[in-house]
Amino acid sequence: MTFARNARLIAAVAVAALLLAAPFGLKPYGIYLLSLWVVMTIAAIGLNLTLGYAGQISLAQASFVGIGAYTAALLTTQGWPLAAAFVLAAVLCFVIGWLLGYPALRVQHHYLAFVTLAFATLVFLILRNEEWLTRGVYGISGIPRPTVLGWSTQGPVDFYFFCLGMLALVSAATWWLIRSPWGRAFTALRENAMRASSLGVDTRRYTLMAFAIGSVLGGISGVLYAPLVQFIEPTAFALGLSLNLLLMVIVGGSGYFFGPFLGAAVSVLLPEWLRFSEGLYLILYAVFVMILMAFFPSGLLGLAERLHKRAGTPAPGPAVPTRDGEAS
Amino acid sequence: MADILQLLVAGLATGGIYALVAIGFVLLWQTSQTINFAQGEFVMVPAFFVLAAMKLGGLSFPVAMLLGLLVTLVVLGLLFKRLVVDPIIRHGVLPLVISTIALAIFLKESVKEFYAADAQPFPAAWATTNLAVGGAVVSVQNLVIIAVAVVAVAALQYFLAGTQTGRRMQATAQNPVLARILGIPVERMILYTFLINAGLVALASFLVSPIYLAKFSNGETLGLVAFIAAIVGGFNQVRGAIVGGLLLGVVDNFVAAYLTAQYRGAIPLFLLIAVILFRPQGLVGRAEERTV
Repeated sequence: MTFARNARLIAAVAVAALLLAAPFGLKPYGIYLLSLWVVMTIAAIGLNLTLGYAGQISLAQASFVGIGAYTAALLTTQGWPLAAAFVLAAVLCFVIGWLLGYPALRVQHHYLAFVTLAFATLVFLILRNEEWLTRGVYGISGIPRPTVLGWSTQGPVDFYFFCLGMLALVSAATWWLIRSPWGRAFTALRENAMRASSLGVDTRRYTLMAFAIGSVLGGISGVLYAPLVQFIEPTAFALGLSLNLLLMVIVGGSGYFFGPFLGAAVSVLLPEWLRFSEGLYLILYAVFVMILMAFFPSGLLGLAERLHKRAGTPAPGPAVPTRDGEAS
Repeated sequence: MADILQLLVAGLATGGIYALVAIGFVLLWQTSQTINFAQGEFVMVPAFFVLAAMKLGGLSFPVAMLLGLLVTLVVLGLLFKRLVVDPIIRHGVLPLVISTIALAIFLKESVKEFYAADAQPFPAAWATTNLAVGGAVVSVQNLVIIAVAVVAVAALQYFLAGTQTGRRMQATAQNPVLARILGIPVERMILYTFLINAGLVALASFLVSPIYLAKFSNGETLGLVAFIAAIVGGFNQVRGAIVGGLLLGVVDNFVAAYLTAQYRGAIPLFLLIAVILFRPQGLVGRAEERTV
């Protein structure tokens, strides 16, 4: 147990050190990709809360990234600080996510998938058609990067560290959340909603909460996305991104704390390394996902856990709340 | 009046296509709890089988169409069941949803990579002229689509209700355990539904491709709308899929003409949300037990 804990700690420190050192050895495009990974990881962490912990499938996460990105773009191009965009996007996404949760109280699984898909299509149509607000297909360009307490994040390395800092904050908050009574209630909801309800968990409230909090993280990701790419248009937040985020969570391992980190890495970084294969990459990725689902539906971390168990050492275990000593 | 007739015919033709695709959805769900997120791509692919047979094999259009149908039955019926659904179905609905999403990407990207990224003209098997009916201009294509859809649906209904195999399939859908006890080869019945689904999407593909051209991204909206049609009509009834499909097709055309063309894509979604909130079993469906 202590060995496994130490190994995980060492691995975490090594990855953190790598993330801090990486931009100094990379060209601007590499730094951009790494920043994109950070931003997508935040959105995937949000979806992992909704899907992995609370068990509610959502195909609308890209819409919240979109809402966040447009909030940031519209406010900062008008001279507002990015902090205002964070607050407004969080509030907007919380409210809309909460409302989107209502159908989840009535329908499950594939029905819910299609309701959220319908919502995602609706948001896309609004972004495209309401030109007075969003400038439609022309998009919004010239989105400035923020200055934080006198630190200008104009350069790619600076902005990468800004994003990384946000990811650290989001990770810490999520880590705390899933160990809090709320997180336990989410897991109870996923495992057996009827039983959770009989134990006094207000399943209605926690279902809505799972959607709302997951959506807020989507929004925060969007607020970072806008100044990262500095030009946004509606198709970036269409169904494709929602499906991609869903695949990130599932491929990494839904319900595992580090699942989204790994899934986002596979989805964002791998295509670049496999660039020589061009269009073949997506085909291979799709085949890989299908094989993964057939044999290891719990994703890469689920696979790692299984291999670990077979080797005879105690598994690191999913990041669901199991207190030390209670764990099997 | 003439406008309304014109829109009605166009709407029924669109709706007929939706209905064909939605029926396949519903059949797969009924017999094997398979939710196929790649259904739209299934409609896009058969046209490319035909085009490839004509271009690479140098076959004439009717022969190519027949070959396309056969390949569709094997690939999107048999192989889809054996390679994609069978290994995953025991893990539950969600992994299968994810896997068929991946399958949709696979089909789309394969067509784009190995055939063509731009829209391909697809020959029509019938006249493409227009008829004037009492002041309204009605395209022959739309009439053919309506006729073929009606014949296909009637044949399917006859097969399901009037033949022994069809009734066995219904028994399998209603209660697989009991069906097995009664000596019905359940596995084979499920395979038949996959083959019927493949046949329906091939038919839809051959009907729709001459109008919209064959393009790798064609499936995206079609699959979504067909699924919405299935839910709106009633997910556990074949006639629900028909009602839902026709309704969506007609409403879509009228809204685009009289209300808003920009938000026509949103209309099925409003219908979907309204049905799910107020009548979750669909317009003509039976209530199903739900988990919490």
